[in-house]
Amino acid sequence: MAALIEIERLTKRFGAFTAVDDVSFSVDRGEVVGFLGPNGAGKSTTMKMLAGFVTPTAGTARICGQDVVDHPVAAKRSLGYLPEGAPTYPEMTVSAFLGFAARIRGYRGADLAARVDGAMDLTQLDGVRLQPIETLSKGFKRRVGLAQSLLHDPPVLVLDEPTDGLDPNQKHEVRALIRRMAPEKAILISTHILEEVEAVCTRAIIIAHGRVLADATPKALEQPGRTLEQVFRDLTTKPLEAA
Amino acid sequence: MGALIVARRELAGYFATPVAYVFIVIFLMMAGALTFTLGGFFARGQADLGPFFTFVPWLFLFLVPALTMRLWAEERRLGTIELLLTLPLPQWQAVVGKFLAAWAFCAIALLLTFPLVLTVNYLGSPDNGVIAAGYVGCLLVAGAYLAVGAAMSAMTKNQVIAFVLAVAVCFLFAAAGSPIVTEFLSQRIPLLAEVARGLSITERFNSLTRGVIALRDLVFFLSFMGFFLFVNAVVIDHRKAD
Repeated sequence: MAALIEIERLTKRFGAFTAVDDVSFSVDRGEVVGFLGPNGAGKSTTMKMLAGFVTPTAGTARICGQDVVDHPVAAKRSLGYLPEGAPTYPEMTVSAFLGFAARIRGYRGADLAARVDGAMDLTQLDGVRLQPIETLSKGFKRRVGLAQSLLHDPPVLVLDEPTDGLDPNQKHEVRALIRRMAPEKAILISTHILEEVEAVCTRAIIIAHGRVLADATPKALEQPGRTLEQVFRDLTTKPLEAA
Repeated sequence: MGALIVARRELAGYFATPVAYVFIVIFLMMAGALTFTLGGFFARGQADLGPFFTFVPWLFLFLVPALTMRLWAEERRLGTIELLLTLPLPQWQAVVGKFLAAWAFCAIALLLTFPLVLTVNYLGSPDNGVIAAGYVGCLLVAGAYLAVGAAMSAMTKNQVIAFVLAVAVCFLFAAAGSPIVTEFLSQRIPLLAEVARGLSITERFNSLTRGVIALRDLVFFLSFMGFFLFVNAVVIDHRKAD
């Protein structure tokens, strides 16, 4: 069976600037892939293309076998996506916001309530369900975004910096959640926190200047006798020509 | 359907912020004031809503763009456009849903002018068919301006720019049939004068306020809205990530 996330020679140019340059990789069920790279490396653009928000200049991306450009709605049904910065509608309450996402995903009545409750359970939002999102702290807002991406129990999760803005306890919870879901899903997360990669990821992809520089397990990247941080710095601070 | 779910969320959003109340209060106050003062509602001695219908399109010219300027510009500013367009929903449904919400909101504002209808029925015996046609006309004008405003909002993340562009484009279609424009054009380019009159929103609206609901006017308004919604969808598709 084909991998749940398949990216082939994906390229995005903005004018003369190439944000993502011929990127290929795939993520199977049971894998948690950490997407690493300096700011502006092309992580978010790649994820936006995978989510069907940015149209690729060239190449293809498929989610559960569905091309994100040719069959966008089918691809998006199998996808849970947390955009960069976890945007939410500030004037809505948490439960109204999640209800909206669930309704668009086709849930009605008791089914809808169960989905919303389940997602709030997973992300510990029960206490704030009737609060307008704009009154919540940064960590809660991020978890509302996360709840939105999880509520339909999608086979594919694409999370752009899921733990950004969370306190250490919340980070721990989110990582535990990701580890719990991992066996059933294909998960792609971007992060700046290298320890997070070691904690939850089965594979790490390092990207800089829009190109994939390394794709291996965190263990394999560390060898011989170097920390992931050293490897990351060596790979991503090299000038473009050498890359 | 997805468009209706989007519309429902959007409409609830109007009432969750002061936007709805400010809009409705200002609209009702200005419509009332203009009808009774400048319009000479009493002095005319006629039982109809002629003065009211004269002013509504001009009020809408400024108020409707104020309603639509946030439709897409706000989504861009907050980044929620990325959320909305990565849900399993065809893009055209998001476009139509937002438009329907704004249109329903205008319908609510128009409904709240019902005391005028009661007043005129109390004072005399107006032709309520003509009044109904006038309201249909108001709703169609609102829809036309909304479609323009939504398309302009899709082009920018700056709400002020969205507002100014929408007023300018709406004014173009409102003024196209006015004597100043058509006389100027007919002296120089007679063909364009006909085109301008044909595209005039005011001209079509006036025939509706006389109580004539002609198929060609309906077709005009619906295709006008359809065209600008199409522009809206194309702009969103090409510039969603900018």
